[in-house]
Amino acid sequence: MSTDALIDYADATARFDPVLGIEVHVELGTASKMFDGAPAHFGAAPNTAITPTSVGLPGALPTLNRTAVEYAIKIGLALNCQIAQVCRFERKNYFYPDVPKNFQTSQADEPIAFDGYLDVELEDGTVVRVEIERAHMEEDAGKNTHVGGATGRIHGATHSLVDYNRAGIPLVEIVTRPITGVGDRAPEVASAYVRTLRDIFVALGVSEARMERGNVRADVNLSLRPGPDAPLGTRTETKNVNSFRSIERAVRYEISRQAAVLDAGGTVVQETRHFHEDTGATSSGRVKSDAEDYRYFPEPDLVPVAPSREWVEQIRASLPEMPAVRRRRLQTEWGFSDEEMRDAVNAGAVDLIEATIAAGAAPVAARKWWMGQLARKAKDDGVGLAELNVTPAQIAELQGLIDAGRINDKLARQVLQGVLAGEGDPEQVLIDRGLEVVSDDGPLLEVIDATLADQPDIAEKIRSGNMGPIGAVIGAVMKATRGQADAGRVRELVMERVQA
Amino acid sequence: MSTLNTAEVARLAALARIDLTPEETERLTGELDVIVEAVATVSTVAGDDVPATSHPLPLVNVFREDEVTETLDPQEVLSQAPEQEDQMFAVPQILGEDA
Repeated sequence: MSTDALIDYADATARFDPVLGIEVHVELGTASKMFDGAPAHFGAAPNTAITPTSVGLPGALPTLNRTAVEYAIKIGLALNCQIAQVCRFERKNYFYPDVPKNFQTSQADEPIAFDGYLDVELEDGTVVRVEIERAHMEEDAGKNTHVGGATGRIHGATHSLVDYNRAGIPLVEIVTRPITGVGDRAPEVASAYVRTLRDIFVALGVSEARMERGNVRADVNLSLRPGPDAPLGTRTETKNVNSFRSIERAVRYEISRQAAVLDAGGTVVQETRHFHEDTGATSSGRVKSDAEDYRYFPEPDLVPVAPSREWVEQIRASLPEMPAVRRRRLQTEWGFSDEEMRDAVNAGAVDLIEATIAAGAAPVAARKWWMGQLARKAKDDGVGLAELNVTPAQIAELQGLIDAGRINDKLARQVLQGVLAGEGDPEQVLIDRGLEVVSDDGPLLEVIDATLADQPDIAEKIRSGNMGPIGAVIGAVMKATRGQADAGRVRELVMERVQA
Repeated sequence: MSTLNTAEVARLAALARIDLTPEETERLTGELDVIVEAVATVSTVAGDDVPATSHPLPLVNVFREDEVTETLDPQEVLSQAPEQEDQMFAVPQILGEDA
């Protein structure tokens, strides 16, 4: 498919200065659509979440969803933007089957939020400030499924099927100013920016923000120029890149491809490109041309939005702590290293660890469970940590049983298996499975005495200071009690017996 | 003074997917030109003290609460579809653009 000439990435970034521009669309998590009362939920049967307004039937009139406006203002404020005193909706006119009205209701030169910035922290702690040009409100389009082509793509398709459930779901589109000066870290910056946005959407509670469901979609603009002082080069826009990893790969590919074009004395064509997950390549889509004249004009069926300053300040006061600030606070409170904190963040474990600590566990113990046995279990099952069948309160209870000496680490793992299998809370599993540590010395001494009698040399060696063989005695006791002995107590008892 | 020419009208017609004959293009160019000039005249009268307006009523912030209302029956939604398949609108192959 792709026959693009490519230049080695290190060469490309040594000779050219990459400039990024990123457009992110986020689907707002409102109950109903932007301009009508159809449900705005994922996964309904095709064409069931539709009112006359969703599909623009004659005479249907839009009315703006107050919550959607509030969410848009929240996003604007979280991105340090100005909030418009007055702004309007416009009709963006174009013909495409997923746009049932032949126009998309959007905002053009009057976005609800503008002139902001977002500080993006890279893996090594470097902070890059991304300038936000605008964040505007618009409605989503329907969904086309291409039939007859390979893997649902347009090429080779015989026809397309359209489901309008998504048409009219509220979106906010966030547009950056050109991101310059990041050099060969452009791919990492692009992906970290979108990740940071995603975390903010989740913290604000304005979207489910699930990349794999298309709740958050990124269009990545990239151009190259000979150096930081040169004017901006011609850009390409790679559309709908829907995972953090794909964003990195797409940027990397475009840098190598455009460098090869420029290096050969060619010019980059301003066009839309598509990213292919399987090959990591982008391919040419539609050339930006005269056809892309959207003939925006003010939407006559909607009155302007003029958020009062009181409302804006009320929303500002209600904003939660931003994810980056919260992470720094929690890291200090918990005493985690940078690496431990980053691993917890990447595993999606921060909320779970926090809740586990709130339920009484020590930070170290909470981290051990969620980043250890539970992380492995989640990986094996191919699910997120939060989807596991165990609550932070249960983990805190489990750790409490260890701290109280009622179970040891090994038994705790068995108890946890029981909890994950739906056998109840840790205490219940412990009782039902009979896993409590044997606290009565009697049965332990029985095995210790029998072992020492069988192998008299063990006692001799221990008495002479060679502690090695004590492991054999502990092992025998563990075996006899199916692991339900406290190794520390067994050691004490052995010493008492040997020295008696 | 003419502000519109036939090429511009032909381009607008193409953008709006309206198939015009050369005679229609010629006639509409004249008619649209009159409208454009009338609007231009209004613009010269309206001074800086007259704010641009997109709506005849002096209203802002007309909202609805975020509540789900009744939806259409899917068969009703599809009743006008020339073709349908799997409860979706079937449309001809789309060229030149990906979804």
